[in-house]
Order: sequence, then structure tokens, then C-alpha cells
Amino acid sequence: MAEASVSLNKVSVQYGTNAALRDVSVEFPKGAVGLLGPNGAGKSTMLKALLGFVPPRAGRLEVLGLNVAERPLEVRAKLGYMPENDGHIPGMNAVTFVAYCGQLAGLPKADAMQRAHEVLYYVGLGEARYRNVEEYSTGMKQRIKLAQALVHDPELLFLDEPTNGMDPKGRDEMLELIRDLAHNKGVDLILSSHLLPDVEFTCDYVVVLDKGAIATAGSIDQLKGPTGRVFEVRVKGDKDRFIAALSGAGLECHETDEDVMRVFVPGPAGAPGDDQRRICDQAARVGVQVRHLRTSVPTLEDVFARAIGEQ
Amino acid sequence: MSPIHDQSYRHYEGERRPLGRAWTVIAATGMRSLLARKWFLAVLLLAWIMFIVRTVHIYVVTMYPTANQMLPIDARMFMQFVEQQSMFVFFVTVFCGAGLIANDRRANALQIYLSKPLLRMEYIGGKLAILVSFLLFVTLVPALLLLMLQVMFAGNLDFIKANLYVIPAIVLACLMRVTVASCAMLALSSLSKSTRYVAILYTGIIFFTEAMFGVLAVVTGSTRVAWVSISANLENITDVLFRQPHRYDAPVTVSILVLLGLLAVSISVLERRVRGVEIVS
Repeated sequence: MAEASVSLNKVSVQYGTNAALRDVSVEFPKGAVGLLGPNGAGKSTMLKALLGFVPPRAGRLEVLGLNVAERPLEVRAKLGYMPENDGHIPGMNAVTFVAYCGQLAGLPKADAMQRAHEVLYYVGLGEARYRNVEEYSTGMKQRIKLAQALVHDPELLFLDEPTNGMDPKGRDEMLELIRDLAHNKGVDLILSSHLLPDVEFTCDYVVVLDKGAIATAGSIDQLKGPTGRVFEVRVKGDKDRFIAALSGAGLECHETDEDVMRVFVPGPAGAPGDDQRRICDQAARVGVQVRHLRTSVPTLEDVFARAIGEQ
Repeated sequence: MSPIHDQSYRHYEGERRPLGRAWTVIAATGMRSLLARKWFLAVLLLAWIMFIVRTVHIYVVTMYPTANQMLPIDARMFMQFVEQQSMFVFFVTVFCGAGLIANDRRANALQIYLSKPLLRMEYIGGKLAILVSFLLFVTLVPALLLLMLQVMFAGNLDFIKANLYVIPAIVLACLMRVTVASCAMLALSSLSKSTRYVAILYTGIIFFTEAMFGVLAVVTGSTRVAWVSISANLENITDVLFRQPHRYDAPVTVSILVLLGLLAVSISVLERRVRGVEIVS
């Protein structure tokens, strides 16, 4: 793996009696890394622990080679953090707010103001930069959170659910910005999200968290790699029996939002048509009709579903 | 061909301030923001009315020494001035202090502040500096200016020489009032997201302890219970600083301990409440 921007070594974080992270050891390489997991998996806790907001009960956290417990200020000077919740300094317009954040991060006043104008244009708030932040729409608030995280030109960005509450157009624009930052502007970032398409679009590497533990980690291409084939299947009949039959035959199956199931056939490929025959045999065995059967491309969703064991 | 300004993202290559000075940014920005409000400027100006009255007093007594018998210029006069300013300490504390942390909590700003390279102590220090500066502006600054005016009008240092203890007494009495008010208000401000609620809470605490002292004094027929009132504790210690007869029977050491306890509680509250993440058990 390439040089790590962030590393956790046997890190445990506890909120009262609830374990938010359990003995987590993982390295985030430089570049764009997705931190995936269902709600409550511990993604935000991990970012907050890396920022020094939440002290770990055990373990060691390092950001850009610096120990978070020993050098929190130096760590935060190199970081930009876009929080999940709305956050702003009351009573300020956008450009004053972003410039103020720049000054807090150590930029001289004049430079902070110049950078504030620049990053506000970059995130698409150039025309709205003299409006009070409290009057902003949800999408604009997401953009200004990105602007305040970028103003001091951090080496590493933490983005916590950056597309939350955005309309489809705004979401696409935000993802384009994140992709541009990571792939064209040389800013390393960790994108925490429960939205698989967001991570798939912007990141090259993914860490999947579930119930406070690492479920899987690796480059997206590698995780989606050809260790099996994926088929889209739609059936008429007792779906649950069909899924049970597939599982019994060693095939993984998970349902999507539509009525199409995604069936993963592990292992090396056999003769053409063998996989389809195996699926149809199971359907015939439990008496369901196969209405649709098509080869598909493995997506991050498959990786995610396999990693956290959803059926 | 003229260069076209790149409005895309650019890396910053300029200088950066050393770590540990972010509190000055917080303090300066907070002060500018308050001074931009006309009503706050009005409160600050009103707080100097007593200074003008006392200046006239000192001038008249210096020009017409016979007036000194009726309106003497002595340590007691300076003590009275510091105590009269307590009313403005209250107003400035409520108007300026109630929202210092409460507004940040309402807007989820703490996570923004603390994700920057600054310690929680720096954040609290910056906020405290705003309140302390304005409170010193309405207490210590006019009190010391009055002393200087006395010297200027008299044209000699006789009063200072005869009452050398007045200078440290003014400084300590003002610092004590400012520190107690600032820390208590900042702690209360960290407890809520509502500025109005914080202002009411602070006012309630000041008046409730005063009323409780009044009731207990009537019931017990003694002022030994003055320690229950924050204001009475301040007055009790001020009497000692200005070498004046004690107004209350409560021991000064008890008053000092009560105020130190109040400061300790305030610091403890701030330590618990000012965090980048709120943990709800």
C-alpha cells in the first residue's frame, strides 16, 4: 500500500457503556479514501477521534505521521474538517466567516480574506458571499462548510457526509468538487458516507466500517475484482425460499431497492452459461420462475453488502 | 497577452502564524462585532457618566478646598466609585457575555472552532478576553483615570503619598469584580443555547442570592450570613482592600472562599461544556 495519511492501531473508543470503535487497526493511504458504513457504524466517531475531539480508550492514532494525542494542534493545522451537522459562526456573512476560519487556522488577516474569496468562488458561492450564512439553503450550507475546511489549504480533508440534504443537482456538483480536489488539486481526503455511489464516484480506496470494527478495506477496483461474477435476477414466486436455496448452493444474494436481486457467484468462472444454469437450477428446485437474468458488473454495493454480511 | 486570474482552487504558499495565538483572533473579532452594535456602545458610554460626575466632584473640591468637608476626596470616595460601577458591570456582563458561548452552541460553532489548531483553553481565553476587556473599560480604566485627574487637578502627589494603598485597592477590587462576573457568565453561557435564558439565569442568581441574604439577615438578625450573597461577598472584601469599616459580620476569609469556590465551579463547568463533540449519556 502507498504511504499512509492516517493510521489507527488497536483503537477503541467508548461513549459511556457503548463501544463506538472496537480495537480498530487500519491505514488510510494518500489520495481519496472512502469511509463507508451504515448509520451508527462509527465513521463520524473515527473522524472525531482523529481530530482529537474524542480521546480513545486505547490505541494510537496518527495523522500525516503525527501522533494525535501528543501533537493535536499540529495535526489540526494540517487538517480541514467538514462536519456532518450544520455549523457556522453566528452573525457573519460567508466571506467574513470563511476568512475568520482562515485566521483561526493561522493565516494572516489579508491572506485569509483573499483565500476566502477564492475558495468561495471555487465551491460555487462567489455570488452569495456577502449574504449572511444563516440565510443559506441546506445545499449552500454544505458548500460553505467545505469552503471553511479548505481556506487554510489543508494537506488532508475530512468530509463527513458532505452530500447530506442536497438536491440531486447540488449533490452532483459537490461530488464533482470533491473529485476535482482529490484527483486534480492534490488534496488528500477521507470521505465518510453511507452513500455508496458517492464513495464510488470520488474515491479510489475504501474502508468499510460496521458496528465499530473494520469489515473490509482495499482499493475499489481490487474489492470489485473478478473473484466472482454478479447477475441481476428477477423472479416470480417465493423469493425467500429462492434466496435460501441460493445460499445453500454457495451463492450470495442480496436484494436491491427495486425487485431485482443481485446474485454473486464466487470462485473462478466455469464454462459459458454454467453460472446462469446454477441459478436456474435453484429456481426450478424451489418452484419459482426466473423472469430476468442478466450479467452485471460488480459494484461497490456488492462489496459493501458482502463486507457487512447483508442478505 | 494578459494573464487570466485562475478562480479554481490554488494552494497557499504564504506565511502562517505560530500556533497558540488563535485566542487573539477570537478576542479581536468578538470585540469588533460588539462595538458595531449601537445599543452596546450606548451602554458603554452610559457607564462613564459616573466618571464625569466624579471628575466634576474632584475638580470642585480641588478648586474650593472648603468643599472637601462635605464631599471629601479619600479612599472611601474611590471605593464608592468602584461599587457604583458594579451596576454597569452587571449590564455589560449580561449584554456582552450571555451570548459568548451560547450563540456558538446554538450555531454548532464549537466543532468548527475546535477543528482548527486551537486548544479549548484558547477558545475560552479568547471569549473571556472579550468580556474582561469591556468590564475593565467600565471599572479599572475610569477608576485609575480619576486618580490621575486628582493628581493633575491638585498639581501634587500628596493624596497618593498619603493613601498609597488606594492604587492596589482599586486594581484588586476591579479585577475581583471583573473576574467573578466574567467566569460566572461564561460558565452559564456554556450551559445553554439561548442567550435570553443565560441572561435571565445570571440575573436570577445575582438577585436571588441578594434576596436570600436579605431574608436570612432579617430572620437571624445578623449579617454573618452575608456570604450567601455574591454582591455582599464582593463588598466585604472591598471593605478590607480600601481599609474601611466592615459592613457585614461575615468573616472576610469566608467571602474569599465562597468567591474562589464560584470560580472553581465556573472553570469546571467550562471544562465540561466546551468540547468539540457533545456526548449525551
